[in-house]
Amino acid sequence: MIHAANRAAEAAGARIGARAVDCRAICPELRIEPAEPEQDAARLARLAFWTRRWGPYSTPDGDDGIILDTSGAAHLFGGEAAMLAEIQAGFARAGLTARLALAPTRGAAWALARLGPERAICTDPLPALAPLPVAGLRLSGETLLLLRRLGLGTIGDLAAIPRLSLMRRFARAQPQDNPLIRLDQALGRAAEPLDAPEPAPEYIAQVRLAEPVMDPSDWLPGLLGDLCAQLAAADRGCRRLCLSVFRTDGERRDIRVAMAAPTRDPGHLLRLFDGRLGRLDPGYGFDLIRLAAEAVEPLAQAQPGLDGTAAQGLALARLVDRLAARFGAAAISRPLPRESHVPERAETPGPPLAAIPAPPARPDRPIRLLNPPEEIRVLYAIPEGPPAQFLWRRQTLRVARHAGPERIAPEWWRDRPGTRLRDYFRIEDETGLRLWIYREGLVHDGRGGVPRWFLHGIFA
Amino acid sequence: MSARPFPFGPAPFGRAPVPAVPEPTAPTLSEAFGTRPLAGAAAGFVLAALPPGLVLWAQDRLSRAEFGAPFLPGMGRDLLRLDLTRPADVLAALEDGLQTRALAAVVGEIHGPAPALSFTASRRLALRAEAAGLPCWLIRHAARPEASAARMRWRLDPLPSVPDPDDPQAPGDPHWLAELFRARGGPPSTWVARHDRAADRLDFSASAGDRKLAEPRRAPGRRLA
Repeated sequence: MIHAANRAAEAAGARIGARAVDCRAICPELRIEPAEPEQDAARLARLAFWTRRWGPYSTPDGDDGIILDTSGAAHLFGGEAAMLAEIQAGFARAGLTARLALAPTRGAAWALARLGPERAICTDPLPALAPLPVAGLRLSGETLLLLRRLGLGTIGDLAAIPRLSLMRRFARAQPQDNPLIRLDQALGRAAEPLDAPEPAPEYIAQVRLAEPVMDPSDWLPGLLGDLCAQLAAADRGCRRLCLSVFRTDGERRDIRVAMAAPTRDPGHLLRLFDGRLGRLDPGYGFDLIRLAAEAVEPLAQAQPGLDGTAAQGLALARLVDRLAARFGAAAISRPLPRESHVPERAETPGPPLAAIPAPPARPDRPIRLLNPPEEIRVLYAIPEGPPAQFLWRRQTLRVARHAGPERIAPEWWRDRPGTRLRDYFRIEDETGLRLWIYREGLVHDGRGGVPRWFLHGIFA
Repeated sequence: MSARPFPFGPAPFGRAPVPAVPEPTAPTLSEAFGTRPLAGAAAGFVLAALPPGLVLWAQDRLSRAEFGAPFLPGMGRDLLRLDLTRPADVLAALEDGLQTRALAAVVGEIHGPAPALSFTASRRLALRAEAAGLPCWLIRHAARPEASAARMRWRLDPLPSVPDPDDPQAPGDPHWLAELFRARGGPPSTWVARHDRAADRLDFSASAGDRKLAEPRRAPGRRLA
């Protein structure tokens, strides 16, 4: 079966999909070479990474295409037309003919590259796509045949049909074969994000062992030293490190470690692996240990202080790395203030290295907040003010002093309709316990029954 | 629950002497025991005693469930919060935090009796705190004081607060009964501690209880039960 043919072969009669013997019968001078689809795909993937010199995200598209996202990068190459010319020249230097198009959406770019004019640049997809045949919508052969039978030859014809009829007609089609969805993707009405893979790591240190071992920790310092030397030679630091061990029975295990700030200090990295190597299941042993730096960032040489110590920001980043490696990154957080009156939304967990100074303490806010607030049972209520006696966790507390109420209304832009307001009281009982309680709702606010009381916070 | 008795003896010159507040010569490991559920006394005392700067606050799961989490608008200081599960994790996190110079203090909260907090573990923590020169506080909820190498061990109880100057019916600055029941280099004593929020100061005063006339010397050493 013929996979691809050049122009001369097509002129001589070879067709893609025809049998090779048939085509050789038509044209005896045809030169046939075996196709290597896997190597073609690998080469296409490498080419896709190579095109990242023009844009940040690129991915292979089918067998013979590359989609490159160059939003906002055209001005760096002297404009869109100049960029397309440069891309085509780049491919020509590599010995490849490329058909290019630039469009606001992925679907439109696909159609214009294959069926549109040379190096098409389009700003508005609908007029540019209207004269193109419906084959530019990435549909299967049967759907194209059906559309041709319905008399819809161009994308403009398809766009002119009312949406409801198209939806009814193709309701049971697969999403990648549905003309309406493909049309929406091409015209920008439906989103089609790019799934761009990450390139393979460049900084790798590996050791191949003559005999399988059960514990990789002896080789880890050497590998780390080697990897950090590679990073230092390139003035880079890594933020994610992956230790892969390849077992003799063909299995592979990975341990990943992430850092808050780029680093290339082998001692610090070694401590992040403490305790995690024991969880590897060795099976019959490993014979290949590989250490790869996955997320690499530029890291300049830092001058140490006169007494040989590193900077203080670095010390905090290292602490966060060690704690995250031991307990998981979700366990560490730094509360940041947020603009909200509702107490549980007044602070938000932020990244551990955020450097926002905390606002001064408010005397009318507790030092601890219970999440969720606990309901208390009122034993003796008074008409205005907090209950005189209430029951909490099987203890009876008698209120001696109180301050309040502080009314905190629900945030109408965030809360569900029907959320009740809260009246907060700072209470103190006879022995000195200081608590923050609230009543949820008013008696006749129409949003529920009798209001309930909750304990929300504890004062010092 | 009855109020704790104020220990006192026949006071000379009619006034109880104020025991000297121990200022630790070097920052070290201190423990604060909370005596009652819902009492924020231990946390409040520790908060008032911390130096300014970034503080690592590690909690175990039961402390978070029973006593809630630190609330930023009320605490007003920079915190690095660690939400952990087991007391052993809290101890490990405190040790890690003491090796950094980027922090001003480390605080760990443990609920209930923790077998992980053995004498050797606390001794290791105390030595690390002294080597690093950082104050390390352990807040214990619902626990009995066991053998521990903490240099200062406090027991905190809430007391009725100072009346608010604007509203006599409202609670004001917090008042605690702070009992230092074990201190290295000082006798155990009791104070009434008050956190002056406006000046951000921790004031210690003598725990003056109800004055009682000195009894005639018939039954030596008779004190209130």
